[in-house]
Amino acid sequence: MITEYNIALRNVGKINPASIQDYMDRGGYEALKKALQTPSEKVVHDITQSGLRGRGGAGFSTGLKKKYTSQASCVLLECMRYIVCNADEGEPGTFKDRIIMEGDPHLLIEGMVIAAYAVGAERGYIYIRGEYHQSITMIRNALAHAHAHGFLGNSILGSGFSLDIEIKLGAGSYLCGEELTLLESLEGKRGYPRIKPPFPAESGLFGKPTLINNVETLSHIPAIVINGARWYRQLGTETSPGTKIFTISGDVNNPGYTEVEMGASLRDLIYRAAGGMKDGKPFKAALLGGAAGTFVPESLLGVSMDFDALKEKGAVLGSGAVIVMSNDQSILTMLDSILRFFEHESCGKCVPCRVGTRQLVDLMEKLNGADDKRPDHIDALVYQSELMAKTALCPLGQSPVLAIHSAVRYFRDELETTQISQSRCR
Amino acid sequence: MKKTDILEKFPPRMENVLLILHDLQNNSRMNYLSEKDLCLVAKHLNTTLSSIYGVASYYSMFSLTPRGKHIIRMCRSPVCHCAGVNDVFNELTRILKLDVGATTPDRLFTLETTACLGQCDLAPAMTIDDVVYGKLTAASIATIIAQYRKKSASQGD
Repeated sequence: MITEYNIALRNVGKINPASIQDYMDRGGYEALKKALQTPSEKVVHDITQSGLRGRGGAGFSTGLKKKYTSQASCVLLECMRYIVCNADEGEPGTFKDRIIMEGDPHLLIEGMVIAAYAVGAERGYIYIRGEYHQSITMIRNALAHAHAHGFLGNSILGSGFSLDIEIKLGAGSYLCGEELTLLESLEGKRGYPRIKPPFPAESGLFGKPTLINNVETLSHIPAIVINGARWYRQLGTETSPGTKIFTISGDVNNPGYTEVEMGASLRDLIYRAAGGMKDGKPFKAALLGGAAGTFVPESLLGVSMDFDALKEKGAVLGSGAVIVMSNDQSILTMLDSILRFFEHESCGKCVPCRVGTRQLVDLMEKLNGADDKRPDHIDALVYQSELMAKTALCPLGQSPVLAIHSAVRYFRDELETTQISQSRCR
Repeated sequence: MKKTDILEKFPPRMENVLLILHDLQNNSRMNYLSEKDLCLVAKHLNTTLSSIYGVASYYSMFSLTPRGKHIIRMCRSPVCHCAGVNDVFNELTRILKLDVGATTPDRLFTLETTACLGQCDLAPAMTIDDVVYGKLTAASIATIIAQYRKKSASQGD
């Protein structure tokens, strides 16, 4: 049985998100008060101990990120550090950050102020994708109220710690959700990825140490500060503690979102949380993690939804997107849609991705033009995407291999025998 | 709002360029950034026209050619694809007699496609300006477009 456990969503739907008073009535900003009375090293320590891992997709330890950022040596006398919230949610099938920003914007802000205090950042930016009009409105409103109540600005709650947070808007680039590209965009440049290392903790925004976290990750911090690392560790699995928001879409009866402990089974997410397969149609596959994700077949319905169990099976948790496909759907068509998406979003900075994403689309067209060479075209897709994974500059060019590998591994027969469904959307 | 007033709202730092471009475009009657706009931004930020053009042309939400009053953004992500966005999209192009990127002769609509809008529980989805429309069908799309046309006619646009 699957039960919701709400940390990031604890107030969503229960408060008026435009009211800071509603948020405070449910214990809001108490964690900030507590954190400000604790040495910042202790806050970093607690978050590290909690085992919280980044909810944006990569799953890196949030505590370690903070530790590295706070320890980054500053050559200049003025030791400027930045905190950036990645709210450029664009992974297909993902809308968890939107739900938090629209439903409980203060939770994000509180988490961000605590994180900034922990690493000693004085300036913060929330980079929201330009299409998220409602999120932008809610966050803008919440920032003003937080400022008026003294939770932002000079010497927050008399602690001597100061922080200002500004909103910045994206403008329709998927790639800007990648953290280093996001920093480029924040600086007012074209969204081209940077080579790493250096990592943002060392040299991030304007070359300064920068902590960059996803919306959902920051929204876990107030609860960890209040309840402690040990409490958090009791939730989820050994290596992926805590809860995760899954956004379930596609052929299910109740598409939507749910926050559950890490380690819930895929079967429970589909058949319990999302009300089962639409019209009782048979399950064929789920695409986990969006376009930069993997197909999983029926035999993996029992898989534990956490970072490591999925990795063991060659799949990814990613952003928590679960796109469910019934027997009516075509793997070939879905793969085609994914590869076209990557071709469109490739920024063109590095050759392997610029040329590679185009070649993958061409190969799909060849594959679709039914001939006896289909197995060869499939092998070429695999080869090409593996080459890109090894040589592309950033995660975008390194991602198509995930969908291609998993599609070939589990659905090779279908790729060899079916056609891309017609009238595709250009 | 006057263009110079928009520029004055933002300190002349390159990090503000996307906010400035958004504001200028939102205040443009034809929903786009003209060469003159880009020149103004370059001057305000004390940089070259080419660097502003480089930024403006990179991001898909900015248009450097005039568009219609309402921007339709049809999601073409894998989720909406599965949910049958093609049928809706075909109906939309039929009603508007438009290809992607084009504007109706009355300059009421510009049709664009977009990557995932993050409205996957409402797939297939689209936005018209700031408004999200979900669970679209060939029938509902006709009604939505008719409403916009009716509203426009009553305002005497």
